[in-house]
Amino acid sequence: MSSKSKETLHACLHNVNFMIGFFMLLSVVLVAIFADKLAPSGYTDFVDNAFLSPSQSHWFGTDELGRDVLSRVIYGTRITLKVAILGASLELIIGVVVGLSCGYFGGAIDHVFTFLTDLTWCIPGTILALAVVTLIGKSLTNSVIAIAMVCWASYARPIRAKTMSLKTMAFVETGKAFGESSAALMFRYILPNVIPSLIVMVSTTLPGTILSTTTLSFLGMGSQAPSPDWGLNLSKGMDYIGSAPWLSIFPGIALVYTVLGFSLLGEGIRDILDPHLKSQ
Amino acid sequence: MKKLGIGLILVVAVTLLVFSLLYMMPGNPIDIMTDRKVSAEKRAEMVHQYGFDQPLHVQYVRWMKKIILDQDFGQSVRYKVPVWNLMRDRIPRSVKLCGWSLLIEMLLALPLGLLAAIKKDSFYDRFSVNFTLMLTSMPSFWLGALLILIFAVGLKWFPISGFESARNYVLPVAALTAGSLAGTLRLTRAEVLEVLNEKYVTTALAKGLPYERVMFKHVLRNALIMVTVSVFMSLPWLISGAVVTEKIFGIPGMGNLLLNSIVVQDFPVVQAVLLLIAILTVICNLLSDIVIAILDPRIRIAIGGGDK
Amino acid sequence: MSEELLRLENLSIDYKVKGGYLSAVNDVNLSVHRGEILAVVGESGCGKSTIAHAIMNLLPGGNEEIEGKIIFKGEDLRTYSRRQMEAIRGKNIGMIFQNPLDSLNPVYKTGKQVEEAILLDGIDRVQAWNKVLELYKDVKMPDAEVRANSFPHELSGGMRQRVMIAMMLSRNPELLIADEPTTALDVTIEAQILEIIKDLKKTYDTAIMLITHNFGLVAEVADKIAVMYAGEVIEYGDVYEIFEKPLHPYTTLLMKALPRKTKHEGRLQTIDGNVPRIMDKKPGCRFANRCPYAMDQCKDVTPPEVFVSEEHKCRCFLMEEGKEAEA
Repeated sequence: MSSKSKETLHACLHNVNFMIGFFMLLSVVLVAIFADKLAPSGYTDFVDNAFLSPSQSHWFGTDELGRDVLSRVIYGTRITLKVAILGASLELIIGVVVGLSCGYFGGAIDHVFTFLTDLTWCIPGTILALAVVTLIGKSLTNSVIAIAMVCWASYARPIRAKTMSLKTMAFVETGKAFGESSAALMFRYILPNVIPSLIVMVSTTLPGTILSTTTLSFLGMGSQAPSPDWGLNLSKGMDYIGSAPWLSIFPGIALVYTVLGFSLLGEGIRDILDPHLKSQ
Repeated sequence: MKKLGIGLILVVAVTLLVFSLLYMMPGNPIDIMTDRKVSAEKRAEMVHQYGFDQPLHVQYVRWMKKIILDQDFGQSVRYKVPVWNLMRDRIPRSVKLCGWSLLIEMLLALPLGLLAAIKKDSFYDRFSVNFTLMLTSMPSFWLGALLILIFAVGLKWFPISGFESARNYVLPVAALTAGSLAGTLRLTRAEVLEVLNEKYVTTALAKGLPYERVMFKHVLRNALIMVTVSVFMSLPWLISGAVVTEKIFGIPGMGNLLLNSIVVQDFPVVQAVLLLIAILTVICNLLSDIVIAILDPRIRIAIGGGDK
Repeated sequence: MSEELLRLENLSIDYKVKGGYLSAVNDVNLSVHRGEILAVVGESGCGKSTIAHAIMNLLPGGNEEIEGKIIFKGEDLRTYSRRQMEAIRGKNIGMIFQNPLDSLNPVYKTGKQVEEAILLDGIDRVQAWNKVLELYKDVKMPDAEVRANSFPHELSGGMRQRVMIAMMLSRNPELLIADEPTTALDVTIEAQILEIIKDLKKTYDTAIMLITHNFGLVAEVADKIAVMYAGEVIEYGDVYEIFEKPLHPYTTLLMKALPRKTKHEGRLQTIDGNVPRIMDKKPGCRFANRCPYAMDQCKDVTPPEVFVSEEHKCRCFLMEEGKEAEA
């Protein structure tokens, strides 16, 4: 076992994507943890005149209300990480519950799954998410929930496939012969073997979740003012893009940096774990 | 035929879903439509006028009947005009935006993807793979903002917003194209690489066809099958992207109509826009099945055979 | 003897793989003459297919290194540009592939794919299409017109191979390389296809390089045989001579492994071990580890090609001794 984890660690260290993504995200996490210490001021403090261009005292300039843009970008990391954690847990729950039960029971449940998948895909993602937000109300948490409700099928699908293939394997059959209950088979026999698929699924879908959530915030359907959400800030900044472009540039760069970090890490994890999956 | 049946069921299901949207809202539809000043008699009259006192399935049938027979999507609560009147002017603008960007996407992605695959591992290939990875990591609104910053604010080549002239559409179309371009380019590259390994490519070369002819007539033609299908399937994404693009560039199309209607809770409009988009998506999915049958004779036979 | 069409001179092909070079073909010297059928025989993975693709300059590209000369009608094809190679392919040298199932483009009608080749010679469409139908009749395709308008997946494997042959003969090449043309087919279809190939050789005087692992097939059609083992030609000669008097231990063993009706009953013999993957070129005989007659020097010194007679050569130390003994 330790040799296997050592091997995985070795694979991680030698995967360029993984390492670059890892350090990019590490920097984001550190900024989020030490935001209070790093930021020159609070994200709602009116510290100076409005629309000051970047200078010695305000590196990223000030916004339309005279708040320090750098501080707002720094606090924005917390929002993004909150989205990431919330999104990942929702994806995990949906993946495990829906994917496992559809894959394990098959039959009617699976037919319903397929039909609902087709139905969900009849409405473009962003637009369905907009509709869901309309129903449950505009807020950051709700926008993450809306994204999860739109993309649930893509979380469940790989887990469902993996479960289906595991179900027929000898060790599960053996468990069945010993009279294990369905729940025990699902959670003690199949789930541990699905974990690599789960990790790959979450790490590859997470960048998309963050992007979609930010898009909702940009459209005014996610975080509400005075949140330092990058999407929301960018959207506000667009109104002044001709005169004060720094309002939109800096949150945008921070967002692209973070999403790129998540994407690279996701690709790295997939490269590392997929050969294991194949060899099973 | 089976596909068509499923498509029809999906359309019905989607209309039901969109229809029930209004009733899933917390509160009474009339409360949402009116403000508190309206008198109780007036409300009761409205309940009757909109048919809210009828059973739901009767209301649904009535709603669908009006849409199909009279293009009557109901009244906009906010503008007090028929929803169709609002959509009539806005649909062409959105179609123009999506149509151009689809066309440009295909014109660029196919040759560039083909080139990347043929020159695999070359500098160009690495560049295009990394560049498209970068494009897909960028949210479409950030891409739009960048284009505005560079070409409208910085170079002043194009106006920041507006929709009157062709020049106004250059940046929005570019922003909308960029996102889908990346995906299609990568798919074309992957498909071409796969086809290049096929034996029939060697056959075509062995009979003496010039390399370029083989690439276009045999390789690209076969790679196109999957690419075309995926483009059709990705049309909904283009529409989603159009919502964002319209917002950034201030184009008063269907996307902006939808956003504004959600903000002011103008439900008949939201319903109508959602319905149109959903039906369009189902049609695209059906079309992609037809297109694949046209492009791939093996499937043509399968479908034809299935009918008998 | 008729004119020499193709001569391979010291042809070596190495594939660059993880951790070194894989020697696929080593120091091969062969020639094919007009109107003759040369069979290149060997177990799968012995490099015979690599040679065929190398002649056509159709190796996958990118990771192989080629040495030596491929001389076609006096000119080294390896010095040819891409354009010059394109002019040679199909026109002078045709090639039929192992698996007819995926050798035809699934989206075009078979007749169109044959016509595409004919049109390269600047013939107008009507004439070209008529030629397609004529060719289909030549390869004994039933319902020629219907088949020409069919897609590949609508035809059986044997019919598809007929299409391939028609396609490759459409421009009357002087040399036809047939890479395992019947491996994927039924025995009865195999016989028919071989009949067609033999007929065509007679009609058009085409030279054929037949690549196969099937010794029985060779006996039926070939004039000359080249036996390959692990990338090297270990014995070459006239078909009758080799069947009568195989010299190399490997050839001898292969002969014994052949089921024969006439000889006395007994178990078929098998050869122990596997064809080695030669990673880096070391001197020594490549068959040494499986050879029942292996001597000490076989492991360290590469045996030279020895001409036993003008038309019969062999790569084995036993021959050298034999020759000395004769002298």
